[in-house]
Amino acid sequence: MHAIEIKELTKAYAVGFWKKQLRPALQGLSLTVERGETFGFLGPNGAGKTTTLKILMGIMNPSSGSATILGKDFQDQEIKAKIGFLPEQPYFYDYLSAPELLDYYAQLSGMSAGDRAKRVGPTLEQVGLGSVGNKHLRKFSKGMLQRVGIAQAIIHDPEVVFLDEPMSGLDPLGRREVRELIQGLKDQGKTIFFSTHILTDAEALCDRVAVIHKGELRGIGAVDDLRSRIAENSEVIWEGANALSAVNGFLIESHVTGATVRGVVRNADLDGLLEKLRQQRAHLVSVTPLQGTLEDYFLATTTEKEAIIP
Amino acid sequence: MTSRLYAITLNTFREAVRDRVLYNLILFVLVLVGCAPLFGQISIGLERLILINVGLSSISFFGVIIAIFVGIGLVAKEIDKKTLYTILSRPVRRWEFIVGKYFGLMMTLVVNTILMTVGFYIALLVTAHGLKRTDANLLAAIYFIILQFVMIVALTLLFSSFSTPIFSAIFAFALFVIGTFAEDLKNFAAISEGMVKWLAMGTAYIVPNFASLNVISMAAHDGAITTGLIFSNTLYALLYSAAVTAGAVLIFERRNLK
Repeated sequence: MHAIEIKELTKAYAVGFWKKQLRPALQGLSLTVERGETFGFLGPNGAGKTTTLKILMGIMNPSSGSATILGKDFQDQEIKAKIGFLPEQPYFYDYLSAPELLDYYAQLSGMSAGDRAKRVGPTLEQVGLGSVGNKHLRKFSKGMLQRVGIAQAIIHDPEVVFLDEPMSGLDPLGRREVRELIQGLKDQGKTIFFSTHILTDAEALCDRVAVIHKGELRGIGAVDDLRSRIAENSEVIWEGANALSAVNGFLIESHVTGATVRGVVRNADLDGLLEKLRQQRAHLVSVTPLQGTLEDYFLATTTEKEAIIP
Repeated sequence: MTSRLYAITLNTFREAVRDRVLYNLILFVLVLVGCAPLFGQISIGLERLILINVGLSSISFFGVIIAIFVGIGLVAKEIDKKTLYTILSRPVRRWEFIVGKYFGLMMTLVVNTILMTVGFYIALLVTAHGLKRTDANLLAAIYFIILQFVMIVALTLLFSSFSTPIFSAIFAFALFVIGTFAEDLKNFAAISEGMVKWLAMGTAYIVPNFASLNVISMAAHDGAITTGLIFSNTLYALLYSAAVTAGAVLIFERRNLK
């Protein structure tokens, strides 16, 4: 059973004065997320990430399609006790203290008074807010509020956690803290589905990612797999520095250390280079494909429709 | 379900208290104290009459203002600040949210009214140098004021479930004013003919009838408020607000939150 399964999810907004025009926000989105997986949902602003999350959270109705979470329909009330959600740039009731806020959300999740009393303190400790006491949230910094946001998402010990742009608007220190929190959840075996457009975070945390653009899925897979899909160059190492002049035309760059040469070549020119090296009787040491970055993949999949990578 | 309703109710009440809504009590006391210089100028019988009119009208006025201006933000603020997203992602049904908000604001108004009532009776005790047996009727008048709040809160919630706060306030206030003249509308219908008669009659029955809940003048003149009137007004207010709240729930259930 998948942790999350989305099938042909479509959403169109009615726009215009008479609401007769439809603007598609999601176009037949299908994907699955496995249990225990940290899944990154990537896309530029306006790609449909938040729309997807709002539909899964029951905030918005889809135009068509279906989704299941932990094997049950996403609108099933029972399943909502097993998921946690942090919206993008959240605001919380600033007249409450952090323990009051967590107690409130725990109560809404159906936890008993005894369980709530046991969970609130440790959860605040877990997000690094163990010492905030009864200070009202209006006195919290943005980074602290983001940690409160994560705390409310996990207070009821959910199996699946949805995070919408959890690092958005944070300074480098705050981002690092939130990244460590997500890593902590991952280590606990939680399934994490988080949307972001900060690719370094996705690269650091995710087992798999999906790239969405203009409401369409443009690619999905393990981070390494996606990076290798757009690998354009290879590194070739050989011994025999005197062969360099004969193959220089194939190389993008080269470094010579004693008799050993390291060259970078376009994959399209690789066969030609190897043939030339054989002719020069150079001793081939290694050929290694150079991986692209997630950013390369992201840009390739989101800039031009024609550039869609399978 | 009960636990979630209770949590939303309590949180709404707590928000109102911590946002200093109950500070209106200070204004209420100032209004009562402000009447005192007047009392030196008039006879003893009128003193009591004026105090009852001013006191009960103030209880009603402050309550209506709170009901409308807090009520219009009950749903809109939660959507605007996205706190609703974190609530609806939990096993909370939309009707529970609306009903919880309703109870929370009603709790605020009831507590506010109880505190004002205590202040009002103290002022009455001081001004009239004692309480009369008929002063118990004033409690029935205050109870009717609470019944007004029961309907106004439902109406503001209904408007708040689909409209912006400004329009919700305009709609709710307009209905409050029209509802205050519901009996006059009925009288107008009685002397009219044709289409106008039906329009006036239809409007008189659709708008909340606040006129029948206003017994301040009767209570001030020691008029007896019958059990039958209490029963029928209670039933009317409860049924009217239940229907309006059901409408708010129906609209909110279908609403896509952006």
